Amino acid sequence: MAEPVLISPPLTDEMVSGLRAGTRVLISGRVFTARDAAHKKMVALLEQGKELPIDLSNQIIYYVGPSPARPGRIIGACGPTTSGRMDSYTPQLLGRGLKGMIGKGFRSPDVIQALQEYRAVYFAAVGGAGALLSGCVRAAEVVAYPELGPEAIHELTVVNFPAIVVNDIYGGDLYREGCRQYAVNK
Amino acid sequence: MHNVHFNTVVEATSRLCREACFVLEPDVVAALRKAGEDEVSASGRDILAQLQENAAIAARDDIPVCQDTGIAVVFVDVGQDLRFTGGILEEAITAGVRDGYTRGFLRKSVVGDPLTRKNTGDNTPPVIHWRVVAGDRLKISVVPKGAGSENMSALKMLKPAEGLAGAKQFVLDTVSAAGPNPCPPLVVGVGIGGTMEKAALLAKEAILRPVGTPNPDPALAALENDLLAAVNGLGIGPMGLGGRVTALAVHVLTFATHIASLPVAVNLNCHAVRHKTVVL
Ligand code: SF4
Repeated sequence: MAEPVLISPPLTDEMVSGLRAGTRVLISGRVFTARDAAHKKMVALLEQGKELPIDLSNQIIYYVGPSPARPGRIIGACGPTTSGRMDSYTPQLLGRGLKGMIGKGFRSPDVIQALQEYRAVYFAAVGGAGALLSGCVRAAEVVAYPELGPEAIHELTVVNFPAIVVNDIYGGDLYREGCRQYAVNK
Repeated sequence: MHNVHFNTVVEATSRLCREACFVLEPDVVAALRKAGEDEVSASGRDILAQLQENAAIAARDDIPVCQDTGIAVVFVDVGQDLRFTGGILEEAITAGVRDGYTRGFLRKSVVGDPLTRKNTGDNTPPVIHWRVVAGDRLKISVVPKGAGSENMSALKMLKPAEGLAGAKQFVLDTVSAAGPNPCPPLVVGVGIGGTMEKAALLAKEAILRPVGTPNPDPALAALENDLLAAVNGLGIGPMGLGGRVTALAVHVLTFATHIASLPVAVNLNCHAVRHKTVVL
């Protein structure tokens, strides 16, 4: 297995063009958290022609709803949530320069298409590894929509956060390719 | 006569919620270890190693194995000779869930109304399944259930003519459609027979059986082995990235049914199979 590629946002077109489906990465730096409620609010703003509360250009969104932090700890368990719930909002955010998303599970054909169009990638993190992944988070701060509580947009500072490229800018799809490779009756 | 007090049930239920979320049962840990030995895909083995490390960190630091600490599903077996004192049993269980999720810093993932969707703030109410049984004991099992895998579960009312082959196909179709979403490797609970709601309940109960223990019914044990081989042959693998360990186990429960019915329910559970039981 090849060594993981170290990446840090902001993600440039050049970095993204080297990330193919199946590439393992370790992400360090800043990622924004957002789930359904924050996506809904952001897309509503865009539809009214307003600005987003955070600048998404060349950034990564992590789909996560952490468990509460114990006193003295930075964050609780924080593994990925199912990405498909964000599909209907994603192309608009890609249009604003979003370059990467971390989650788990299938994306819609529209999103897979939009990743090629806007040159962005979809990463999967290990679902259900929330305790392990919490160890990669060095800081967490609410930067928008505090009223959403755990669903507020947080800025996380992560170090060596492990993920793998599922959908790339070339139409590659690790879920499809991996499954085909190991299926017994193809 | 055996008495059980309200406060005993609150405390026991609270502890079950926390322990279930922090500490994977030994059967699940052993199954993940074995999966790591069996998996042929390198990235699959890497994921299975991460899951074992994750379980160790969670148990050591009292942090949930997974941030989705679920809606609390509670199975309660009430011995018919038991005397419950100090209040109403259902309220004691609900209070225990509230206490466990608050004290344990578990995520509150329950909305009070499915349409208006406001969070209740304390993860109540739980979904409780009651049974009245012989004896004077109270058995409580807490099964926190995450949405990622619950949402990919399915039920179908087959025609009896579709038979065993139809039931097997439905299990495979459900796992296949779910792909990476329910966080494989899975424990697949299958309920066959009864009525619509009975099949669904059987499928959920099937998940409670310790992973790695054979079905006591030899015919069902053979069916489980067949299904496990077929599910793993789909190639989905750990986290859906390709591999041969798509499921840790398939558990089947059956029940009598109507001459014109063949209900089949498939309840998917992620690798974070959380269940804890106490007998009071
Ligand atoms: S499916 Fe299970 S492991 Fe995956 S996020 Fe949900 S609760 Fe966690």
